[in-house]
Amino acid sequence: MSMMDWIDARFPATKMMKEHLSEYYAPKNFNFWYFFGSLALLILVLQIITGIFLTMNYKPDAELAFASVEYIMRDVEWGWLIRYLHSTGASAFFVVIYLHMFRGLMYGSYKQPRELIWIFGMLLYVVLMAEAFMGYLLPWGQMSYWGAQVIISLFGALPVIGEDLALWIRGDYVVADATLNRFFAMHVIALPIVLLGLVAAHILALHEVGSNNPDGVEIKKHKDENGKPLDGIPFHPYYTVKDLVGVVVFLFIFSLVLFYLPEFGGWFLERDNFIPADPLKTPEHIVPLWYFTPFYAILRAVPDKLFGVIAMGLAIVMLFLLPWLDRSKTRSIRYRGPYFRTALVVFVISFLALGYLGTQPATSLYTLLAQIFTILYFAFFLLMPIYTAFDKDKPVPERVTYK
Amino acid sequence: MSDSIDTGKRRFLTAAASVVGGAGMVAVAIPFVSSIAPSAKAEAAGAPVQIDISQLEPGQLLTVEWRGKPVWIFRRTEEVLNTLISLNDELRDPQSTQTQQPEYAQNETRSIRKDVMVMVGICTHLGCSPTYRPEIAPNDLGANWKGGFFCPCHGSRFDLAGRVYQGVPAPTNLEVPPYHFQGDNIVIVGEDAQGAA
Repeated sequence: MSMMDWIDARFPATKMMKEHLSEYYAPKNFNFWYFFGSLALLILVLQIITGIFLTMNYKPDAELAFASVEYIMRDVEWGWLIRYLHSTGASAFFVVIYLHMFRGLMYGSYKQPRELIWIFGMLLYVVLMAEAFMGYLLPWGQMSYWGAQVIISLFGALPVIGEDLALWIRGDYVVADATLNRFFAMHVIALPIVLLGLVAAHILALHEVGSNNPDGVEIKKHKDENGKPLDGIPFHPYYTVKDLVGVVVFLFIFSLVLFYLPEFGGWFLERDNFIPADPLKTPEHIVPLWYFTPFYAILRAVPDKLFGVIAMGLAIVMLFLLPWLDRSKTRSIRYRGPYFRTALVVFVISFLALGYLGTQPATSLYTLLAQIFTILYFAFFLLMPIYTAFDKDKPVPERVTYK
Repeated sequence: MSDSIDTGKRRFLTAAASVVGGAGMVAVAIPFVSSIAPSAKAEAAGAPVQIDISQLEPGQLLTVEWRGKPVWIFRRTEEVLNTLISLNDELRDPQSTQTQQPEYAQNETRSIRKDVMVMVGICTHLGCSPTYRPEIAPNDLGANWKGGFFCPCHGSRFDLAGRVYQGVPAPTNLEVPPYHFQGDNIVIVGEDAQGAA
């Protein structure tokens, strides 16, 4: 009896390997857009490992935090590398996640029967935003401090319970040591556990229904005599090897940023964050990190505190509702009609424009532009049941197309 | 004893056990939820602060810390006090009807003494600290600017009594903390004349 037989009689090792790798059949026509799921997983591992090593020298104390980060940067052996890996990794995470989500939008990966994969993915996105936001407080610089002050104050906008809720979240009357300490706890243990659980649910749901593909056709409809999809290939070795190529290219670009532009001109590490937190003075121009700016622009576009917060929340809720707002049976952009194609272009432009406006000071021209793009952002979702129902979709092929 | 299964009894026992267990979970959650509310230490740190304003020139602004927040004390000139009244039409709450100030500061100038203004320097929108911009009609704030406070975060505007302008994100006037004077030159922030805040 081999070693593997001994294990398999006690733990389903071979069974799981087959189910999720060597006998998980993925469509053979994956393209460039299908790199980002595995890259997101790679970055998650990178963030966990670098994060563990950072906690060995970081001090979650308002008196010591800023200096301990500088200590990591200057005095800890290779500390600068570990810290920059973690900070560059955070931005890379959002680059990869946004591309991954856009892939889903393009190819209709959120549609029946993959609604739950999309919901788990959206939950991952929301938890990741919380994780990034709480992590950004830890260096205790000016942007950390005032960014947290603004975001926690968002809860204060809620009627009746708002102010008490914000007080409860902060644990003090302003952002203070208590806030830093609890954000540390959330950032290093609570949210990572939630993230890992959601990743497991996301992948299990995916492997239950099978992957979508650039043609948006179900490969399970055409199987051979052994019950294997005719257009499917085993994930391992075919896609593990393909993904490795993606990893190499990704690490190449990642290393360029890491070693030559770790602050990325103030976009990955903001300049004001090299000044220790000062509760008495707000920086002249405060901006959240780039991955939050589209939502920040929506918040600022509404000239009312409560409705601004509501609009910002709804901007994210809309994404959750996507599987039910889209009335078209066609999944892939390749076969969808002109209405959806136009709407998607308008949506992408609006999202990028809002992202830019969120980094700029709130002048009256920029506020007006932000209001226009906010309306377009919501129009993409709210009008979707109408334009997708009347769209002139093209005929979808029976089998995947493959050159 | 009969061999038949009494499903009604089972359902009752399952429901009863669930309710008791659920109540226990809620009870256990209370200490955890409470533990992250402000601690006794954080609550005690709100002691009043005493400021000497004898050196404060007209137009000058002094920032002091009270409960971890910036509190502004500044001296207003006669011209400033005259402009305050002319602004009423452009403000959201010119008469300070919302309780953003103690009763003794609910007046035209939102202060005990007309010349000395005391308020919390935290924007009522999302908690940034606005910038003191006393100059008239600077380039970046436009020709109508009569001097006041401008929040760099989201562009909220306040006049020199901390009253909010219309059409900006901040919903209410800036907060006036409890304070009183001791003699001519000492301000006590965090305490009413008759005692603790």
